[in-house]
Amino acid sequence: MTAARLSLGRIALNGAATLSLGFILLPLIFVVWLAFFRQEIPSFPPEGYSLKWFQAAANNKPFVDGFLLSLQVGVLATLIGLVVGVPASLTLVRHRIVLGPAINTLLLLPLVMPGIVLGTSLYVFQIETEIATGLPVMGSLGGLVAAHSLVVIPWVVKLVTASLAGFDRTIEEAAQNLGAGPWTTFRRVTLPSIRPGLVAASLFGFVTSFGNLEMSLFLVGPGRTTLPIAILQYLEWKIDPTVAAASVIQIVLIGAAMIVTDRYVKLSRVV
Amino acid sequence: MARLSIDHLRKVYGEFHAVDDFSIAIAEGEFLVLLGPSGCGKTTTLRMVAGFIQPTAGRITIGERDVTALPPWKRNCGLVFQSYALFPHMTVAENVAFGLEMRKIAPADRAPRVAEALRLVQLTGFDERYPRQLSGGQQQRVALARALAMEPDVLLLDEPLSNLDAKLRQEVRVEIRDLQRKLGLTTIMVTHDQEEALTMADRLVVMEKGKVRQIGSQRELYEKPADRFVAGFIGRSAFLDGAVAEAGRFRTGGGLDIRCTATASGPATLALRPERLAIGAEAEACANRFPARVEHVSYLGALLDIDVRLTEQDRILLQMPNRPGAAEPKPGDMITIGWAEDAGLVYPREA
Repeated sequence: MTAARLSLGRIALNGAATLSLGFILLPLIFVVWLAFFRQEIPSFPPEGYSLKWFQAAANNKPFVDGFLLSLQVGVLATLIGLVVGVPASLTLVRHRIVLGPAINTLLLLPLVMPGIVLGTSLYVFQIETEIATGLPVMGSLGGLVAAHSLVVIPWVVKLVTASLAGFDRTIEEAAQNLGAGPWTTFRRVTLPSIRPGLVAASLFGFVTSFGNLEMSLFLVGPGRTTLPIAILQYLEWKIDPTVAAASVIQIVLIGAAMIVTDRYVKLSRVV
Repeated sequence: MARLSIDHLRKVYGEFHAVDDFSIAIAEGEFLVLLGPSGCGKTTTLRMVAGFIQPTAGRITIGERDVTALPPWKRNCGLVFQSYALFPHMTVAENVAFGLEMRKIAPADRAPRVAEALRLVQLTGFDERYPRQLSGGQQQRVALARALAMEPDVLLLDEPLSNLDAKLRQEVRVEIRDLQRKLGLTTIMVTHDQEEALTMADRLVVMEKGKVRQIGSQRELYEKPADRFVAGFIGRSAFLDGAVAEAGRFRTGGGLDIRCTATASGPATLALRPERLAIGAEAEACANRFPARVEHVSYLGALLDIDVRLTEQDRILLQMPNRPGAAEPKPGDMITIGWAEDAGLVYPREA
């Protein structure tokens, strides 16, 4: 009786899990499938299969330029996010500073702030800055990178703080006892110990920046379009599977990055 | 000449005196043990010597060098941590070489010194292992090798054996002591384990609540404890509360009159070592002789621990060797116990 009920519960659980997984994966599966359709207007059943949309995506200048810009912005924003986020996390975890918890929350805020709100505020801020200083901030690469750093920092703070929580500080004392100064101790002992957190933070921070649409919409300048914006602009005029092909390329690249990363750092352990 | 001098060292946290006026001079090659219950300030003292805690007042001198204001990385004190604190991402050889690397010793010159340090702790051939692949005892040896490889001016051991199981602890104890003697290393060890302290030390410092209670050899601490705390902490003592009525007479709360060597009168405590007590016929010649009721007998193999009651308020513990054929007292038996005039140590009652 109990066994029967147990297995019934198990079936229900598996069913729910399958349903949820399907809900998450189905759009991805359709995008991938669509990318190989031969016809221009997506419709079912497919009239045939072709790789021409991949070629179209690769030859689409806005897509290529957007991809390169997104890559550039993502890498720079991730680096800045690390440089700002790692010392911030170290300070927050190790020192009782005034308003520590408040600062921690503030650093995590961009993650929960709606992109539109963030974009609008930064837009206004950058315009005001430009008026006040006369520097060409609005629509510049620097302005875009600075904004993207903002969405990378929460990932760095979150993941590095988590790595530091389980970190045994006596090994830092051991290093100092053996003659290592503070910087050497950080570089040789602390950094390697929080490396999984750093790798995961870089990956997630980069992906967040790379895929950001709403905030970027407010901040890009003429001739400077990120990939998500290029895709959006393309979709305003056409709905052919070029977009699907571009998406498949992104999915493959990010998926590959995750698999490679996971070989060195078990992502499931840090996130 | 003193290798390490500590002068009037003090550490105060707000109202709390973690270490209160600690002074000692440690000779070249001496093995000093700081012993005391947890929270007595022994670890704080060690960490001040290593440079991890800045003293509130006082001076620490290593050789001719005043290190009081130096950061840990400039002190050249090899510290073995209680948790070993090995670098998890480095191999055994890299761990041991770390201190040499920090001293800018060329890689070619490091290798033989690493090998020598590992040989000293009998871990030759473990170079390429990672700490997680080693047992607790092996990790402990790596920590020791790492501290030895840098040829420290002073070796500091922070409860180095407390994470090992009992049998291993005995072995490592002897090994560390032999190594320390062989290398002539001036050493300070912190422990709360009395047996460990007694077997390893040249000299001991007993601490309690931040204060030094007594400094001395094992024999001095055991036979002439400076106060009631030391008498209770080093070895075992039975305590009888009462007062010194006149020179040479101690009267217990239960009304017993005991001959002793104390002269200052006033409220006091009489401490008795269990093995200084005689039973039955052996007690006949003693200056102090009292009838006692056996309350409890514990069989400890080589020894028997016997709790006896002299009066309603006066209980003491005595020890007798477990000899075959000897009559073994049973709970409820009435026996005679006795002790010499100088066996009882009298301490004025602490306010």
